[in-house]
Amino acid sequence: MNKTKMIIGKKHKKCKPHKINPGAVVTEPGSSIINKTGSWRSLRPEWDKKKCTQCMSCWMYCPDCSIPVLNNKRIETDFEFCKGCGICAKECIFSSIVMIKEKK
Amino acid sequence: MVRKVMEAATAVAEGVKLCKPAVIPLYPITPQTHIVERISEFVNDGDLDCELIHVESEHSAISAAVGSSSSGVRTYTATASQGLALMHEILFVASGMRLPIVMNVANRALSAPINIWNDHSDSVAARDTGWIQLYVESAQEAIDTTIQAFKIAEHNKVMLPIMVCLDGFTLTHVYEPVDIPQQGNVNRFLQKYKPSIKLDTKKPVTMGPIGYPDSFIHFKNQQKEAMLNALQIIKKINSEFNSKFHRKYGDGLIEMYNMKDAEYAVLCAGTICGTARVVIDNLRKTKNMKIGLIKLKSYRPFPVDSLINACKSLKGLAVIDKSFSFGFEGAFFTDVKSTLFNEKNKPLVHSFVGGLGGKDINTKDFEEIFNKIIKTKKPICEWLLKE
Repeated sequence: MNKTKMIIGKKHKKCKPHKINPGAVVTEPGSSIINKTGSWRSLRPEWDKKKCTQCMSCWMYCPDCSIPVLNNKRIETDFEFCKGCGICAKECIFSSIVMIKEKK
Repeated sequence: MVRKVMEAATAVAEGVKLCKPAVIPLYPITPQTHIVERISEFVNDGDLDCELIHVESEHSAISAAVGSSSSGVRTYTATASQGLALMHEILFVASGMRLPIVMNVANRALSAPINIWNDHSDSVAARDTGWIQLYVESAQEAIDTTIQAFKIAEHNKVMLPIMVCLDGFTLTHVYEPVDIPQQGNVNRFLQKYKPSIKLDTKKPVTMGPIGYPDSFIHFKNQQKEAMLNALQIIKKINSEFNSKFHRKYGDGLIEMYNMKDAEYAVLCAGTICGTARVVIDNLRKTKNMKIGLIKLKSYRPFPVDSLINACKSLKGLAVIDKSFSFGFEGAFFTDVKSTLFNEKNKPLVHSFVGGLGGKDINTKDFEEIFNKIIKTKKPICEWLLKE
């Protein structure tokens, strides 16, 4: 897993050129799980559980994998990866998702 | 070995057939068309078992090549001029991902005005894309270099894509006697391609990820090292080829002609080297001039040491460019000058730019160049514009 960490730039100072795979190949699968990409979100999808019919449109349209599913039902958005694009809110015909300003 | 008279484009296609690439994405463009037409015929006739992908543009051709090479199979394509320009973006991806794609470039001018004839503007403009560039002079050299190119590119110390550049029309469409190597000999020379890393569902990897500021420069440093390794590998494979097929092209990087006692020389690449040879023989015989030719075969990596050695005892060197960097000078000229800059014994280096858009550089031009560089004490920079 070390190589993966170096490439995604988490532990910069330990990065040594001879340990980097030629062509920037990441040989460990699943490295995107370590690379959290939700930090630059300026809008936040607020999900209203009561209005939600579990139609799964949001899950289908999310360009990331930010809508986790548990026992065939969507649960709260994964904010470690959600970039706040707003596609889920746009696609939700039951208005159960609303985009609000992100507070940091 | 079979000796046949054939078009250089056909010879290149025969060479590609002998190397058995698994995937060839292709998009025809003048003057490269005959290469891909012959390859299509081979596939149609069942002589070559490979996946031909008819794509909608050169950008797609090289993108498909990146995809197939990532999956770990031998990949070939060919292009020219505007096609190479359209590939530009993906050329960097291919070299950055260290994919050993082999591509023939049938050198042709770039628009405007629109022109289909030969010069080196297209490949010289792609100089800094991280591809190895080899320039060839004859049909024989074209087929031999194409076969060598696969071995150079796939060498584990190199792993870089290669352009084998041959002059459009003045070489691609010219018929010459060519020795076609036998399949068995090529099989022994060029082993099956075994990539160390490839896209494989059984062992998943990520290719082409983001490179953060801390790591990006290290990948580029690796590319730089690979290019430097290529200098040695090209030499090694050139002599290996010689021991198997009894043909060699200088040291693989540059070729010298009548340079032992030469005081003045020309440096150029491609088919005009043939013209230079004739003029050198002639002037040596009739006027006893001590002149020679340095043929630049490998432009990237640039053969610094070979060139310094070749120029040690020279008084004058004329560099002939068939391309131009507007606002400065010919690209070969710049590189030759900077190579020699820190040397104690160096010739006066002159620049001649000619042959743009297919204008001939003939024997008279070469005679004039030699006469001029022998007489002058100041560096000459000029364009060959005469009829």
